[in-house]
Amino acid sequence: MFVARSIAADHKDLIHDVSYDFHGRRMATCSSDQSVKVWDKSENGEWHCTASWKTHSGSVWRVTWAHPEFGQVLASCSFDRTAAVWEEIVGESNDKQRGLSHWIKRTTLVDSRTSVTDVKFAPKHMGLMLTTCSADGVVRIYEAPDVMNLSQWSLQHEISCKLSCSCISWNPSSSRAHPPMFAVGSDDSNVTYGGKVQIYEYNENTRKYAKAETLMTVTDAVHDIAFAPNLGRSFHVLAIATKDVRIFKLVPMRKESTSTGPTKFEVQIVAQFDNHNSQVWRVSWNITSTLLASSGDDGCVRLWKANYMDNWKCTGILKGDGSPLTGSSGQPSAMSTVLGSSVQSSQNALNGMSAGR
Amino acid sequence: MEEVDVEPTITNIPAISDGKHMGFAWGPGDILVYETRYKASGASGSGCSFIHEIRKDEDIYSPILRKLFNESHHIFVGLQTIREDLPSKRDVNAQLVRKNPHSVFYSDIHFITLFSGTILTLICFLLKVSILLAIELIWNLCEVLFIDAAPAGSLLLHLLDWVRLHKADVDEKAREVLQSESPAEHRDYWDVVVSYVLQGRLEEVRQMLVKQANLQPAARSMYKQMDTLLSKMPFYNPGGTQTLTEFDVKWRHWHEEVDRCLQDNSFASNRHLELICKILLGDEDTLLDHKELLGTWYHFLVTRLLFCHPTVKLTELHYYAQSCMTMFLDSRSVPEPLDNILLAAFEFDIHQVIKECSIALNNWWFVAHLTDLLDHCKLLQSHNLHFGSNLREFLLLEYASGLFTHHSLWQLAVDYFDHCPEFGRVYLELQIERVPLETERKALKVLRVCEQRQMSEQVRSICKIMAMRALRNNRLGSALSWSIRAKDAAFATLISERFLQDYCAKGTFSDLDLIDNLGPAMLLSDRLTFLGKYREFHKLYGEKRFREAAKLLLSLMTAKIAPQSFWMTLLTDALPLLEQKEVSHQQQLVLGHGFLPHIALQKLHKKRLQEQKHNIPETRFADPISCS
Repeated sequence: MFVARSIAADHKDLIHDVSYDFHGRRMATCSSDQSVKVWDKSENGEWHCTASWKTHSGSVWRVTWAHPEFGQVLASCSFDRTAAVWEEIVGESNDKQRGLSHWIKRTTLVDSRTSVTDVKFAPKHMGLMLTTCSADGVVRIYEAPDVMNLSQWSLQHEISCKLSCSCISWNPSSSRAHPPMFAVGSDDSNVTYGGKVQIYEYNENTRKYAKAETLMTVTDAVHDIAFAPNLGRSFHVLAIATKDVRIFKLVPMRKESTSTGPTKFEVQIVAQFDNHNSQVWRVSWNITSTLLASSGDDGCVRLWKANYMDNWKCTGILKGDGSPLTGSSGQPSAMSTVLGSSVQSSQNALNGMSAGR
Repeated sequence: MEEVDVEPTITNIPAISDGKHMGFAWGPGDILVYETRYKASGASGSGCSFIHEIRKDEDIYSPILRKLFNESHHIFVGLQTIREDLPSKRDVNAQLVRKNPHSVFYSDIHFITLFSGTILTLICFLLKVSILLAIELIWNLCEVLFIDAAPAGSLLLHLLDWVRLHKADVDEKAREVLQSESPAEHRDYWDVVVSYVLQGRLEEVRQMLVKQANLQPAARSMYKQMDTLLSKMPFYNPGGTQTLTEFDVKWRHWHEEVDRCLQDNSFASNRHLELICKILLGDEDTLLDHKELLGTWYHFLVTRLLFCHPTVKLTELHYYAQSCMTMFLDSRSVPEPLDNILLAAFEFDIHQVIKECSIALNNWWFVAHLTDLLDHCKLLQSHNLHFGSNLREFLLLEYASGLFTHHSLWQLAVDYFDHCPEFGRVYLELQIERVPLETERKALKVLRVCEQRQMSEQVRSICKIMAMRALRNNRLGSALSWSIRAKDAAFATLISERFLQDYCAKGTFSDLDLIDNLGPAMLLSDRLTFLGKYREFHKLYGEKRFREAAKLLLSLMTAKIAPQSFWMTLLTDALPLLEQKEVSHQQQLVLGHGFLPHIALQKLHKKRLQEQKHNIPETRFADPISCS
C-alpha cells in the first residue's frame, strides 16, 4: 500500500471523524475546533474544501452523511450535548463557480443531558431516521416524516441502556427476513456490569425496540462497533473495538410461531485479535465487508481479511513514522519486489525473466 | 486451505509521529487515515493535520493493466459461454482467443518512449512489465501442463516452445552477430551458437556453423561431421506415423552415435565443437557451466530433458524439476516466489500454484482468471480440491470488486459477477449502487445494467437519487421524469405540486414537452394525473375547443383529484367558459353550481381551523374535503 496523496485538512484542532459520502466523491471532517468541513473530489482526484463552518459549541465527535436519496444531508454530534442536522443549499451561480456551497442547520436535537457520542442514520429503507447515543446511556431515534422538510424531526424512541454509550451501529440489511436492528456499545469500564454490547430489535407488534441480546463475553469498555454489510447471508456479523478486536457471528434461531418476543441469537466468536496489544478505538468494514480495519492505542491501523475458508488474518499495517511529507502524490512502492526481480534485472525484463543469478 | 504465514506489509504514513492515534475511513478503492486522539474529552492537539489517501499497490489505473483487463475480460466471457458438453480440454483451449501473448504486452512497451516521466516512473513501469512477463510465463506453463496436457513425446516439444517463447534475447544477439562484418569472428558468435543448441534449434546452429566452417577450411571435415550429427537428431513428430517407441529407439541410437564421437575425440581439437557435443549428450556439468546462457533453472530443466529424456511424461516431470532447481541455484540463493510457483506447476500441485500466486501477486487478476480456467477444465475437482468452485468464485469476486472502483472498468466487473452463481448478484447489487452518478449519461448506463437484471430496488434508488438532485437544483422537468422512472408516486406528487405552485405564481407551466407527453405515466399519482389533465385543459382552451375544455374541467372537478389549493384557480378558469357560446347552458350551470358545494365546504373548513386556534373544543366531524 502507498500514500497516494495527502490533503492538508486545515482544522485548527484535532480531527475526530472523517466520513465519505455514499458515492465516495465527497467527504466531511469534524474537529475539536467545533467546525465541520465538507470536501469535494474533482475529476482528477484532487480534494477541494467547499464548505467550512462552525457547528457546535464543543468538540464535534462524529459526522455522518444521509443516503443521497434524501439529498445532501449531514448530521453531527458533539460534546456540547447536542446533535444537529445540516442540509446543503444550492447556491448562487457565482458561488458554484468559486467552488463553494452553503450548509444550513435544519434542526438541533437537544434531548441529551450529556455529551452525544455517536450519530448514525438508519438504513434508508426505514425512511429518514437518525439515531444518537450519549454518555447518559440513552439511545434516541428520531424521524423526519417529511423528507422535504428537514426541520421537523420527532423523537420516536428513547431507549435507556443503563450504561454510558459510546457507539451505535445499524444492521445495514434491508432483507425482510429480519426486523430492523442495531447494536450499542458501552465504554463503561466497570467489568462487573457484564455485557458491554447490546443488540436491539424492532418489534412490529409493540412498535418498539426491545433488547434481543447482550454480549456477555464483552466485559471491557467498548469504543466502537460495526455491523458488516450483509451480502445475502442469513446470519449477522458484528465487529467490536474493545481491549482487542473481536468479530462475532449472530445466527438467528428459528422462532416458534407463537413467540412474539425478540429473535434469539446464537452468538459465536469468529475471531479475536490482540495484535494492537492495547485498547482498540475504531473498527470499520469496507464496502464489500471483505476487509475490516481497526485502530488502536499502539498507533497502528490494521487491516484484517478472511480467506474463503473464513480464516482471518492481518494483511496490512499502517503506522505513522514521523517522516516529512514528500509533497506531491506518491508512487506505488516500486521496490516491493514481489517476484524477487531486483531493479538490476528489471533491465533484463524486456528480454525475458531471469530468476537465477 | 492452510495459509502460509506471511507477515503483513507495513506502510508508513508521513507526518504522523510513531505511536500517535490514527483514525480512518473506508472509501471506494482507498482508505483515508488521519492523526487523532481517542482518549478523554476536549483534548486539544495540533491543528493543520493531514488526511492521507492510501491505496493498494496494484494500480488499476495503469494503462497497461487496463489493456490486460480488457483482454482477459474478453477471454473470460468467452470461456463462460462454452457449452458444458465440450469433451476435451483441448477444445476449451481452441475456444480461447490464443493470440501471441507478447502482442498484449509488447505493444505497450511503446509507452516507455511516451513516458517521459521520472526514473521512478520508468522503474515502476519496468517492474510492472517484468511482473506481467512473469505472469505470462506462468500462464503459458499452466496451459502446457494442465490444459494441453500432452502425452510423452509431444510434451517436450511444448516445453521447448515455452522456453523459446520466453527467451527472445537469443534472436536479438544473433541478429547483431549476423549483421556484423564477419559474424564468425564476432565475440558473441559462440554464445549464440551454444544458446541455439541449448534451445534445441539445431537448424539455426547448422547455419551458424557453416560460417565458421568457411573460415576454417582445414577443419572442414570436423564441421561436416558435426553438421551430420546435428541434422540427424530425431525430433518426435506427433502427427507422423512413428510410434513413441520407435522414436525412442531412434533417439537412443543417435545418442550413442554422439557419444562415440566424443569418446574417440573426433572434436578434441576444437573445444567449441567438443562443447556442443557434450551438450548434445546432456552432460549435466557442461550444462551447468553455461548458467549464464541458460539464465534460469527451468531452461536448464527443459534442455536437460531434451538431451537426456525426450520421451518424458507429465507424471515424471516433478522428479526432474526439483533436482534441476537445486542444481542450478547456488546453495546460497533462496528460491524466489516465481520459482516456487513454477515448481508447484511442474509438480502438478494446482492448489499450491494458486496459493503461491495469491501470495506473490497483489492483484487478483491472474489468480482469478487462472482458477476460473482450471475450473472450466474441470481440473480443480480432479485434483481433489473439493472447494474448487467456491475458490473460483471467491477469487473472481475479489478481482471484480477491485475493478468496480474504477470509473469505467466497473462495466467489465459486471460480467464477472454475472458468472458467480452464489454471491455474484448480491455483490453486484451492493456495489452498483455506489457507482457515482456524475452525469445523466452515466446514470443511464448504470440503470441499464440494473434493469437488464431486474434489480428493481437499485433502479428505484438510482432514479430517486437523480430525482432528488434535480429537484434541489430546481430542474422540475428532470425531477419529474426521474420520479416517474423510479415509479415513486409520492415524489411524483410532490413535484406535480411544485409545478402547480409555479403555475399559480407565474401563470405558465415549465417543461411543457414533458407534461404533454406523459402518456400512461400520468397515472402514477393523482396529483400527476391532475397536472397532466389540467395542462390538457389549457391546451384545449388555447385551441378554442371550449366544449371539450369545459367537459374536461367538469370531469376534473367531479373526479375529485383537484387539490384543495387549486380550487380557486379552477374557478377562475371556469369563469370565462361560462361566457363562451360553445359551452352549453347545462354545462355552464353545472360548472357554476358544481363548485358551490366545494367552495362552501372550503369556507367551513377555514372556519374550523380558526376555531381550533381559539381553543374551542373540537367536535368530531367527517372531513369530506380530501382529494387524492
